[in-house]
Amino acid sequence: MTNDSLQTEAQLNADFQARIDAEEKIEPRDWMPQKYRQNLIRQISQHAHSEVIGMQPEGNWITRAPTLHRKAVLLAKVQDECGHGLYLYSAAETLGISREELIQALHSGAAKYASIFNYPSLTWADIGAIGWLVDGAAIVNQVSLQRTSYGPYARGMVRICKEESFHQRQGYHIMMTLMQGSAAQREMAQDAVNRFWWPSLMMFGPHDAESAHSAQSMTWKIKRQSNDELRQKFVDQTVEQAEVIGISLPDPDLKWNEERGHYDFGEIDWKEFNRVINGSGPCNRQRLEHHISAHEEGAWVRDAIAAHEAKKQQRANRAA
Amino acid sequence: MDNDLTQATADYAVRLGDDALILGHRLSEWCSRGPFMEEDLALTNVALDYIGRARMFLGYAAQLRGGECTEDTLAYQRDCREFTNLLINELPRGDFAFTMVRQYLLDEHSLLFLDQLGRSSDSELAAIAGKAIKESRYHQRRSREWMLRLGDGTEESQRRLQNALDDLWGYTPELFLMDELETALYELGIAVDRAALQAPWQAAVHSVFSETAVTVPSGGWEVVGGRTGYHTEHLGHLLSDLQFVQRAYPGCQW
Repeated sequence: MTNDSLQTEAQLNADFQARIDAEEKIEPRDWMPQKYRQNLIRQISQHAHSEVIGMQPEGNWITRAPTLHRKAVLLAKVQDECGHGLYLYSAAETLGISREELIQALHSGAAKYASIFNYPSLTWADIGAIGWLVDGAAIVNQVSLQRTSYGPYARGMVRICKEESFHQRQGYHIMMTLMQGSAAQREMAQDAVNRFWWPSLMMFGPHDAESAHSAQSMTWKIKRQSNDELRQKFVDQTVEQAEVIGISLPDPDLKWNEERGHYDFGEIDWKEFNRVINGSGPCNRQRLEHHISAHEEGAWVRDAIAAHEAKKQQRANRAA
Repeated sequence: MDNDLTQATADYAVRLGDDALILGHRLSEWCSRGPFMEEDLALTNVALDYIGRARMFLGYAAQLRGGECTEDTLAYQRDCREFTNLLINELPRGDFAFTMVRQYLLDEHSLLFLDQLGRSSDSELAAIAGKAIKESRYHQRRSREWMLRLGDGTEESQRRLQNALDDLWGYTPELFLMDELETALYELGIAVDRAALQAPWQAAVHSVFSETAVTVPSGGWEVVGGRTGYHTEHLGHLLSDLQFVQRAYPGCQW
């Protein structure tokens, strides 16, 4: 690189950061540092993959939902997750990568998805716990991302947040109904919360000091609040919701701290966190294989569409 | 309405509700398994329409039957022999061609059937039909388009389309079968004369497939029994899935 181009690059970077600092949204055609682009592709695609892989544990209960009303609501919800995946893939595509490439990265293991979906949904109460806790945690994160610096991502989040709050309410309503039910139902609800509580806290990622991408993402305002801040916000709101329905959260260290104005809570088992991220969760292989096999089984359909479109074009050309 | 007529109308609504519930169940099995995301969304959307339709028909039947009967006791507390859906609706989802051919054949049927049911002297059935036909128009546009795409597409898509059509064909005569209950209700202006729908249905189906490389089978086999609870072996497994929670934890609110 010549001195001139180095200087230009430095100037572009400075201008870019100035726009970020002034809370301007960055749009697809704007100049952006290569690392900003890569960082966004990583984050948005991880988010998109999470929506799509997240369809599996909930989809696991669609055929078994215990009432027709619950079935319709769950179907609508899982359908929304698919829709969110689509918005997010589209947002990622504005950064110059195709959906097919993103899916290949998921299949090869190069791209990640939220580790929470590597846990199995074993009972109907898990559908309540996933809606209440997992979607609850996701919303805390997504509300914050409505202010992210990349325009298409921020606008996608606004749409997604509207739907997620309905998801969280349906999950909470399932839990409330179970807690008002028989002893077996209450036990089922408590067991689900016992299994999903800690993984939900893990959804916010490592402590700020240990988070690989956090500092740069905060400077670029891709992330607006830190992992620990968001996690605290989630704990504070959820403790109160748990009290209302009389369910307990499995953390003996959970208590109100008057001085901080927040709930204190116990330390996350980071060994477990890393173990699941690195492939040893109960469902890691199953989730990926499910996605890969659906994709492979659909190949002939996608080929048929392409062939049909090509033939149609040929026929039109011949007619012209 | 006298009591016999009320119960006959309820039985009729249960049939239509069972058709919708069982097909909706099969479609919902596609969730997260579609060939691409837009199609995953579309299949779930259609499944959702059918579950909604099931709730309207079964809810109406429950209201007519009275007592403790609800849409959920009907869906979750009857065994195989008491279900009265058409057999074609309960067949396993198969590959994408099988699901879409079934959907197309049923969508053409629904358009004709719901148009007639919309004229029923039973205002509740007519209202449900009025709502459902709007959905079916959209379903048919989509499934018809799939017949044209797959029937043109590749050798493999043509082969799969042909196989699906061959495997499904013998289940279609049941769509047009009238029995004592439906004949009696038809004479009172409540039910649809299914037999009268066969010719226009055949015409529509032949017209679409004539634009593709597949051949409409000429018949030779037909399996019936859904309306009398004489099902395929598949329905019992579907019900064990559908009803699992209510059977394992009876008497609870969910």
